[in-house]
Amino acid sequence: MREFSYDVVTIGGGPAGMAAALAAREAGAERVLILERDRELGGILQQCIHNGFGLRRFEEELTGPGYAHRYVDMIGATDIDVWLDTTVLAAEPGGVVTSVSPHAGLQVVRAKSVVYAMGCRERTRGAIRTPGSRPAGVFTAGAAQRMVNMEGYLPGREVVIVGSGDIGLIMARRMTFEGARVKAVFEIMPYSNGLTRNIVQCLEDFGIPLYLGHSVTAIHGKDRVTGITVSQVNDRLEVIDGTAFDVACDCVLLSVGLIPENELGRAAGVVLDPITSGARVDQFRRTSIPGFFAAGNVLHVHDLVDWVSEEAAIAGRSAARHARGELAASGRERPVTAGEGLRTVVPQRLSDFEPGKMSVRFYFRAARPMGASLLQLWADGALAFERKLRVVKPSEMIVADIPVRKIGDAAALDFRVVPAPDRIEADDEIEEEA
Amino acid sequence: MMARVVHAIQCIGCPIGCGGEVAVEDGVVAAMTGFTCNKGLAYAAEEVVAPKRMVTTTVRVSGGGLPLLPVVSATPVPKERIFDCLRLLRGVAVEAPVAEGAIIVADALGLGVDFRATRDISLAQ
Repeated sequence: MREFSYDVVTIGGGPAGMAAALAAREAGAERVLILERDRELGGILQQCIHNGFGLRRFEEELTGPGYAHRYVDMIGATDIDVWLDTTVLAAEPGGVVTSVSPHAGLQVVRAKSVVYAMGCRERTRGAIRTPGSRPAGVFTAGAAQRMVNMEGYLPGREVVIVGSGDIGLIMARRMTFEGARVKAVFEIMPYSNGLTRNIVQCLEDFGIPLYLGHSVTAIHGKDRVTGITVSQVNDRLEVIDGTAFDVACDCVLLSVGLIPENELGRAAGVVLDPITSGARVDQFRRTSIPGFFAAGNVLHVHDLVDWVSEEAAIAGRSAARHARGELAASGRERPVTAGEGLRTVVPQRLSDFEPGKMSVRFYFRAARPMGASLLQLWADGALAFERKLRVVKPSEMIVADIPVRKIGDAAALDFRVVPAPDRIEADDEIEEEA
Repeated sequence: MMARVVHAIQCIGCPIGCGGEVAVEDGVVAAMTGFTCNKGLAYAAEEVVAPKRMVTTTVRVSGGGLPLLPVVSATPVPKERIFDCLRLLRGVAVEAPVAEGAIIVADALGLGVDFRATRDISLAQ
């Protein structure tokens, strides 16, 4: 067994791992390593062949592979080491990372800093407890995406999509392009979980109906799926009797949510946020274990890769500073909570600010859709900051830069989203404080 | 007689997803409300007259590390010609290696739109 030592190691070579490694190298970490279990860098981007990536990060519209390519080229221009086909088995406190690969066997890396960047995985049929038999032909949308876009298989010809997450919407169009007939998308919630642009360009463009407030109550078929039964649900998500109908299909694609792939963090004892299923971090993306940082979808599920890259750069810079002994201790830690109208907030705690720091960027998920709203910061029970939001959707992450002077010396910070008192002009949304 | 039709248009230009209205009088855009950037205004004006979409799909590759090469239209394609483009691309096969950005089909169907590779495909090892 060979042993190595590095300043910063990222576990994962997708968008988060690549951006963290680059930022760490730029911030002065001399020996940086990316551990990637796949045969190439890029992560899930390589199967997301559609366009729409990079508008913020590169100010142009790229495909998933195109976005990945930019980062692969940037990594290639540095002396960052990349180990492909390498699966991490454990990353223990103290920075001992054990991995295995078919060409190098078991390897141990001693890292001064570790960045978790393992991404997320899809919720499966088991996670939504769908009744019925267990025939072939039921896939997660992302698994189908890999088959269609990278491996050259069509998973079915008469398709029903369960859940309205973005991958399901994208796959509705993709399957249509490949000659399959997509009969409908069924969403249990009264609103879509995908981006509005995807409802338009992936469903409406092709006349694919979206049924909101509908749940799958049975999956039929012995060897191969032959159809599903669907029923309407009430506002408590209970099935309404007498509303059931059948849809024939030979393929069911599930797009019912994503969960951080955080087994390594859990095994190491990282303190997790029960709602995001990712680590609880401070503004430097420090987890509860010294020298361990987290970024991207393993921390909280994003809808835009541009935000993943940006967040991962924060984690990478922090990891480099920790490796050099330059990242100050947390100091006084203050909790940050997602209050009324919100489901999640990242970071979940604040450490002492760096000297000269003007603002801190927070990422939120709304609890439910709302119209024009106010994002509020309540500091020790007093309203400290307000920002207008033109519209609020659980599927679209809210990102806000909060001025440090508004946070002040408060011991506890609670963010809320409340309805705006009056109609808000569209222009107000882009108004941000410096 | 002026025929005025108001179309509700959902912008797909970026993830913000502005919704707005476009009033068309006798085939000409007369007024637009609800869009918050120039890109959105351009999209909405085009959407009511001649809608276009970017097209992404795959073509077959032989001799590569992967069997498929993802491609993207260099510019948007008229909506009603999307499936014609897909049919054309279904019959295309290329040989590895392929470099990102390489033109796979030039001027598809005479539409003035090139289709380009969106990744490298190296030779199979």
